[in-house]
Amino acid sequence: MIAALTNPRAFMRFSRWAAPTLGAIATVLGAAGLWLDFAARPDYQQGYTVHIMFIHVPAAWMSLFVYGCLGVASFLGLVFRHALADAAARAAAPLGAGFTLLALATGSLWGRPMWGTWWVWDARLTSVLVLFLFYLGYMALDAAIDDEARASRACAILALVGLINLPIVHYSVVWWNTLHQGSSVFRADGPAMPLSYLAPLLTLTLAYMAAFGALWLVRIRSEVWRRRAGVLALRAAG
Amino acid sequence: MLDFDAGKYAAFVWPAYGLTAIVFVMLIADTLARARRWRRAAERDEDQPEGADTPL
Amino acid sequence: MTGFGVLLRRELALSWGGGGGPLLALAFYAAIATLLPLAMGPEPARLAAIAPGSAWLALALASLLSLERLFERDFEDGALDLLALGPAPLELAAFAKCLAQWITAGAPLAVLAPIVAISLGAPTGLAPMIGLTALIGGIGFSFCGGIGAALSLGSRRGGVLIAVIVLPLFAPPVIFGAGAIDAYAAGLDWKTGLMLLSAYSLAALALGPFAMAAACRNALS
Repeated sequence: MIAALTNPRAFMRFSRWAAPTLGAIATVLGAAGLWLDFAARPDYQQGYTVHIMFIHVPAAWMSLFVYGCLGVASFLGLVFRHALADAAARAAAPLGAGFTLLALATGSLWGRPMWGTWWVWDARLTSVLVLFLFYLGYMALDAAIDDEARASRACAILALVGLINLPIVHYSVVWWNTLHQGSSVFRADGPAMPLSYLAPLLTLTLAYMAAFGALWLVRIRSEVWRRRAGVLALRAAG
Repeated sequence: MLDFDAGKYAAFVWPAYGLTAIVFVMLIADTLARARRWRRAAERDEDQPEGADTPL
Repeated sequence: MTGFGVLLRRELALSWGGGGGPLLALAFYAAIATLLPLAMGPEPARLAAIAPGSAWLALALASLLSLERLFERDFEDGALDLLALGPAPLELAAFAKCLAQWITAGAPLAVLAPIVAISLGAPTGLAPMIGLTALIGGIGFSFCGGIGAALSLGSRRGGVLIAVIVLPLFAPPVIFGAGAIDAYAAGLDWKTGLMLLSAYSLAALALGPFAMAAACRNALS
């Protein structure tokens, strides 16, 4: 199993079946999740907008989860100088940015009817916004450096710095809100969630994770091929 | 069985789902296009069998 | 310690000498301060409300100005190679660079900040607090900015890229500093905010050079 993560050839063999499998799982779970989603009845508190929660919470969770994956991959790439880990980190960034964008947008669309405002500067939302800015900066840095090895290391350093920074940002807004006691805090959870809500929520979260897994594996495969193409082109030229 | 009557919240709920669908489609399309492109490039440049010395 | 003295003296000369020292950053800061009332409308009450915060924000932006040159000049003429191979650790050189940047640009900006805030309508009693937070926050801006500058060495985009990388890192000092000023103005506990700001700046000062040196070595490789 470890070989599949370290040896590129083993990884390609592993991902050839793993990626489509995860894709299939994502599709099935996604369909099931959506069915459970719209089978659930709106309660008197949330109204129909609860259906936004079912696609907001998984996106928000994924934005953080992908960042965690990116951080681990960056660390491994930096410490062990491993090209596959480097590729994995850089491959995860656009996916993380996509989930973060969805978290922000669906959160806004949920917040407006629920709490009467499109946005509020509480710790959670502000942190997610800063996280989105981090993803953009990371992708910009990756695009700006031509040499792949150098780009990977620079991005890895940025990732680790950002990893330390994000909890600080979160805490800073928590502190700031204690000063301005007027601000309300968005609560994605509230009273204990009924099973009819929990089921679609968990199913869709798993669907999102499977989708990320599939897309991530395919993107890493692209990086492996890209490297191979570059090497072979060099060899043919020289 | 499935409840699609959004009432006054339709203007919020359906854009949320629509945006989610769009982002997913874009991510999937980009991922697959990228994979196809680099796989073709790697296979096209393969006029010699890869030896064990492929630096990866 | 003399090695560090030499490094610092060099960096001070470099950052003060080329292009009029802090004048550029100060002029930029003044320009933003001028544009703000033009954008917000001259109504005094509204301006006064946002004055301290805007002064802080403009400070952060002005700090970005001289970042691009921080490592780039040495990178291009080979001096960075020498620094990397020399007797002093590269981390120390990075530390000297950011400290010099703070002394030549950050500190003058911190002196200008209360003036800018008052000209926008902030109460004069806030001046010392604004100056103090600007001074301490300036360290955070310098050292976090240095990380961005080092990471974008050898890239094609330079200035804007540095800004995009560095903005998430600027968020906590902006929040702590502006929050401390707000608390002071409202008569609440401002000491916590000031301590949090100081802690962040200190952390940036202590840890930043390691990230900068790693980034420089990467760019030189």
